[in-house]
Amino acid sequence: MTLPGDPKLRARLGIVLIGIALAVLPFVVGANFGNSWVRIIDFALLYVMLALGLNIVVGFAGLLDLGYIAFYAVGAYLYALLSSPHLATAFPAVFASAPAWSVWLVLPLGALVAGLFGVLLGTPTLKLRGDYLAIVTLGFGEIIRIFLNNLNAPLNLTNGPQGINNIQSAEIAGQSLGRSFELFGLQIPSVTAHYYFFLALTLLVIFICVRLQDSRLGRAWVAIREDELAARACGINTRNVKLLAFGLGATFGGVAGGLFAGFQGFVSPESFGLLESIMVLCMVVLGGMGHIAGVILGALLLALLPEVLRWGAAPVQQWLFGKVLVDPESLRLLLFGVALVLVMRWRPAGLWPSALRKRELAAHAEVA
Amino acid sequence: MSDPAGTIAQEAVLLSASGVSKRFGGVQALRDVSLTIRRGEVYGLIGPNGAGKTSFFNVLTGLYSPDEGRVTFDGRDLPPGVPHRIAGAGIARTFQNIRLFGAMSALENVMVGRHIRLRTGVIGAILRTPAARAEEAATEARAHELLRYVGIDQLANQQATHLSYGDQRRLEIARALASEPKLLALDEPAAGMNATETGGLRTLIEKLRGDGLTVLLIEHDVKLVMGLCDRVAVLDYGEKIAEDVPDVVRRHPRVITAYLGQQADPEAA
Ligand SMILES: Nc1ncnc2c1ncn2[C@@H]1O[C@H](COP(=O)(O)OP(=O)(O)O)[C@@H](O)[C@H]1O
Ligand SMILES: [Mg+2]
Repeated sequence: MTLPGDPKLRARLGIVLIGIALAVLPFVVGANFGNSWVRIIDFALLYVMLALGLNIVVGFAGLLDLGYIAFYAVGAYLYALLSSPHLATAFPAVFASAPAWSVWLVLPLGALVAGLFGVLLGTPTLKLRGDYLAIVTLGFGEIIRIFLNNLNAPLNLTNGPQGINNIQSAEIAGQSLGRSFELFGLQIPSVTAHYYFFLALTLLVIFICVRLQDSRLGRAWVAIREDELAARACGINTRNVKLLAFGLGATFGGVAGGLFAGFQGFVSPESFGLLESIMVLCMVVLGGMGHIAGVILGALLLALLPEVLRWGAAPVQQWLFGKVLVDPESLRLLLFGVALVLVMRWRPAGLWPSALRKRELAAHAEVA
Repeated sequence: MSDPAGTIAQEAVLLSASGVSKRFGGVQALRDVSLTIRRGEVYGLIGPNGAGKTSFFNVLTGLYSPDEGRVTFDGRDLPPGVPHRIAGAGIARTFQNIRLFGAMSALENVMVGRHIRLRTGVIGAILRTPAARAEEAATEARAHELLRYVGIDQLANQQATHLSYGDQRRLEIARALASEPKLLALDEPAAGMNATETGGLRTLIEKLRGDGLTVLLIEHDVKLVMGLCDRVAVLDYGEKIAEDVPDVVRRHPRVITAYLGQQADPEAA
């Protein structure tokens, strides 16, 4: 028999330990593997946000969306336009100088605009499901990308395929995250500052997802996924609830996009292709559709493992065969494909599916 | 407007359908169906397979829009084809082929059933305001109460798909009750049940009537219908051919023809 307060205490202890690990992570990684690995972790955090956003649409509400990256693009371009000299260069008559918007304004605005795009995509697809919905959303994603690619004439809004350069890094409390700086005697490199910034927002996204999942709305999404007709008969306004899923999911994409633009300093349409949408979808499916922890795991795995491979493939082959047989880049895609097939064959619900079964076991234990 | 016979006081009428028609391509699923359900009664809807009973439910609950006709409920016209508003007005239903939310627990299924009575929005859910928290706790408590009412509270945490057939039927009823309906519409609730389960179902429906709920019951089990219902309407090829107390309906010549035309023993269907 364990003390009643024990599991709670253990959970709290776990949270504290995870918190400490997350706090020191960039310093440990940076010192041992170099700052390029901290940068990789930063990108992984962006993918976690994206995957959690898409999880609302695909995992909770069961609406297969193949154009999700479009919202990432919307957020990224909005940030780029509002934090780079592009508009001032392209339209000197209208914009006297480069806009210098606060990140605390640009990010919410990006979330809002991306959310509106989400609703825009959702509205005509309300009656569609499965393959049809997938095709339409795929088309939507491509339309956004093609617009970004071609909106350099007659008005040069997006600078076309060249993309937008010289995007200002986010500035927090007067300190630009783009340069390394000193804080409490510690040297904070740009990638590390970004890490904390992204981590804070990722935690916020996770918090929002958890809260929504355990609410009337989260239940309504899952009900629609499980049986839309029954959900309607239960009094769920499926139109509004689906639009909410599209809108909220897109919002997260928009925030991640803005962070991406500020971090990278540069955006171009090729970052927002179909393959990116599919990558994020794979993170959701592979991790465990509809299960927040599983989706986070999926995003981290798919964002980090390829980098580990890229880093380790050549030396390992060198060591095994004396020469590099398969170049790391092709090996990466090959293993990615194999991993997908294996997971879908052996764990169709994902690597870490939702906990309903766990709850069932707990109920059995209670009875016993 | 008064009812045609002029025998029922207006406040005694809960639902009145008038001239409801629905056509699917060449099939006239419902032809000018009018009927009146009184408060507190168990109203049976019977008829051979394909007679249009389920179609009538679907029109009633807004899953189909009728081609013609209208439905008045609790003194107001129901908006045709808007299920969530109809659920809000107080009609809840179960399905002929059980439609639960398979991946959810029994408890969560019932909590979804309460959706239309809850108010928490995005902000409330994220901030978990005191109001949202209170509502959530009340919803869970009520869901447990309803599971107890239908007799399956011990299965609250089980996944819906893992329940036995009879328990799934009960769960569907609990989910329907969660929306605080004034009219509960059951589409062949005894289908696929064994004698014991049917007996339990009968007790449950009698309990519901005892608690003042109005029940609309589609059923093939004639014994169940005749024993349970205050009044019965018979559909045949989309047309209402009889409506009366069970004893009269049983002897109605058109009813006998309709059933004999299909099979000698309607109970076997
Ligand atoms: N969605 C639909 N599409 C086409 N035909 C339908 C549909 N729903 C019902 N029908 C037809 O309407 C008729 C009545 O069906 P139904 O209402 O299910 O009968 P019952 O429930 O009395 O067995 C049948 O001929 C059926 O094929
Ligand atoms: Mg039927």
